[in-house]
Amino acid sequence: MEMERQNDLNLKATELRLGLPGSDEQPEKRNNKRASSEMDNSSDGEKGDQECAPPTKTQVVGWPPIRSYRKNVIHAKKTEADAAGMYVKVSMDGAPYLRKVDLKVYKSYPELLKALQNMFKCTIGVYSEREGYNGSEFAPTYEDKDGDWMLVGDVPWEMFSTSCKRLRIMKGSEAKGLGCL
Amino acid sequence: YLSNTSTLSTKMAKSFPEEVLEHVFSFITSDSDRNAVSLVCKSWYEIERWCRKRVFVGNCYAVSPRILTRRFPEVRSVEIKGKPHFADFNLVPEGWGGCVYPWISAMAGAYPWLEEIRLKRMVVSDEALELISTSFCNFKVLVLSSCEGFSTDGLASIAANCRELRVLDLRESEVDDLSGHWLSHFPDTWTSLVSLNIACLGSEVSFSALERLVARSPNLRTLRLNRAVSLEKLHNLLCRAPQLVEFGTGAYSSELRPDVFSNLAGAFSGCKQLKGLSGFWDVVPAYLPAIYLTCSGLTSLNLSYATIQSPDLVKLVSQCHNLQRLWVLDYIEDIGLDALAASCKHLQELRVFPSDPYVVDPNVSLTERGLVAVSEGCPKLQSVLYFCRQMSNAALVAIARNRPNLVCFRLCIIEPRAPDYLTLEPLDAGFGAIVEHCKELRRLSLSGLLTDRVFEYIGTRGRKLEMLSIAFAGESDLGLHHVLSGCESLRKLEIRDCPFGDKALLANAAKLETMRSLWMSSCSVSFGACKLLGQKLPRLNVEVIDERGSPDSRPESCPVEKLYIYRTVAGPRVDMPPFVWTIDEDAALRV
Repeated sequence: MEMERQNDLNLKATELRLGLPGSDEQPEKRNNKRASSEMDNSSDGEKGDQECAPPTKTQVVGWPPIRSYRKNVIHAKKTEADAAGMYVKVSMDGAPYLRKVDLKVYKSYPELLKALQNMFKCTIGVYSEREGYNGSEFAPTYEDKDGDWMLVGDVPWEMFSTSCKRLRIMKGSEAKGLGCL
Repeated sequence: YLSNTSTLSTKMAKSFPEEVLEHVFSFITSDSDRNAVSLVCKSWYEIERWCRKRVFVGNCYAVSPRILTRRFPEVRSVEIKGKPHFADFNLVPEGWGGCVYPWISAMAGAYPWLEEIRLKRMVVSDEALELISTSFCNFKVLVLSSCEGFSTDGLASIAANCRELRVLDLRESEVDDLSGHWLSHFPDTWTSLVSLNIACLGSEVSFSALERLVARSPNLRTLRLNRAVSLEKLHNLLCRAPQLVEFGTGAYSSELRPDVFSNLAGAFSGCKQLKGLSGFWDVVPAYLPAIYLTCSGLTSLNLSYATIQSPDLVKLVSQCHNLQRLWVLDYIEDIGLDALAASCKHLQELRVFPSDPYVVDPNVSLTERGLVAVSEGCPKLQSVLYFCRQMSNAALVAIARNRPNLVCFRLCIIEPRAPDYLTLEPLDAGFGAIVEHCKELRRLSLSGLLTDRVFEYIGTRGRKLEMLSIAFAGESDLGLHHVLSGCESLRKLEIRDCPFGDKALLANAAKLETMRSLWMSSCSVSFGACKLLGQKLPRLNVEVIDERGSPDSRPESCPVEKLYIYRTVAGPRVDMPPFVWTIDEDAALRV
């Protein structure tokens, strides 16, 4: 979602995304093209009046060209799903009982990890594609739709939040094993 | 020589009594043929106008109600279109116009025998509906397509007063849904219903009233319910209407219960004439097999509200061997389109809508490959609407070569200005191939990264193109110039967010009188150019739509927000809201 990128802007070093290191994201390319078009220089009141657009993804009126009753169906479906919440169990090694978090509430990994660290009073540390959460006391893992235990952070947030069935915060010693893969 | 031919034609015209000519003309039904007939000579014009029964008004502001009723006194069926197409995407501000009341009022006096009214993108008030219901004693057909401005109270008037009503079709209209009670206003003695489409209504109609209505309508062919009608009740209706040809379900979900399932399956299998299905909101996949027995007879399937995944879609679609039209969400994915291409060899129209158009990353695996597969596998494919997130020139060329019989091609790559994802080049070559190979192409919608070159291809090769939609494309006025100086058959041109300005428009001003309309929004056309056009071409209405206040309060070189130009014989509008200006002959600004 759009907000995901806004949050990521603050954490460029730990930016979680697929792609080779150093490769350009599409949004930057698109912005360049917009700047060079005549249109942006004209006093175009319409777009300015409509909404304050986040830097990387502009919400354009009437685009994509979908009729409003279809938009309402999409929106209704989303609010239905939103209302239902996506609660998953979270266990932490050594903790006496499990907790539950609603993944729908978070729009990005940093938000989720911050909440987990708060909930369990632990430090999870910083994600890197190469090392995982190496160096920190705990590492967040999750069970996906296929029943495999995965390291949190490898896949885009949307993909993670729809495939995560439960979370487990592993102790550093065990987690190191994961980090070496 | 000339005077000889005119006396010859006069002689010929006079040698047939009017009644004979009238009888001959009664076999000519197409509007364009009728128009041609009326141009032959004065007497044919007169005879034709007295016996024309059906009129189509493509732009409600191109002609006035008075001109219509004066010329054609015996009309029985009227179709009128109002707002420009981009109104569908909220680009036309609320209150712009397209109000139908003046038309109904004029026709109430002139056409007491009027039977059919079909409206598209018009503002229809409850007063208009009430006037319709009380003015035409033989009124039979009301179709309100993408209309707004009325409530269920207006529908109640129609129900209560139209004794001969056969068709009530509210397709995709926005109705102020006060309650479902209006349906009960249909009298018990009324049995002539042929087609009812209430799919766009939100609230629940009385089910028992609906049941009784269906039971006493032996001619019922089309029934499209709204979401509020629950699944368990469907079999009641279907059992009472086994002669149905088109059926739209309500919400297609329920707890899985064997009795509900078997009732439903039984009811569906009883409908031996069923050719079209729609509805399917909130689908529970387990209930889909209830329609399997109808699949082999289906020619039209609208699953565009069905949020089910590819495997379920494939199971369904692979049984519909006679399918001609499919509307579906992109949940079908490439793999589902492969199955479609393999199973549905009679497919003529495909529309794939996006399930989640506002996220950047794809949520489904639907790419250009799906469309290429369908273009390969379905030899009769002629109409395409396709939303996707990536496209390549190679794919477009393949589609063009596979399907030169395409008549309508609308591609929407969700990200504006997205290039060929393989080569990062513009998609000029791909769309160029489409217009080159598809010589019968009448409608085209462009998307993706496009330079002026694509418009050169379109201008020169799009000879039969009648409607063109352009967004976020082109580099300069040359692009627009290519289109306006070519495209011999162009009737409707709609453009948004393109760097097209004054030069191309002014250089091709005469072209605008050969078209129904031109829409340009968020482009670079200056107010000064609009004034010039309005001055030069008095048979055009040049409407400046600008919500920032009067264009006079800004320099003339300042671009207008939106521009709508259309040819008209009715002169400037008299019902313009404060944010619409038109230009007088003396270039004065008229509000």
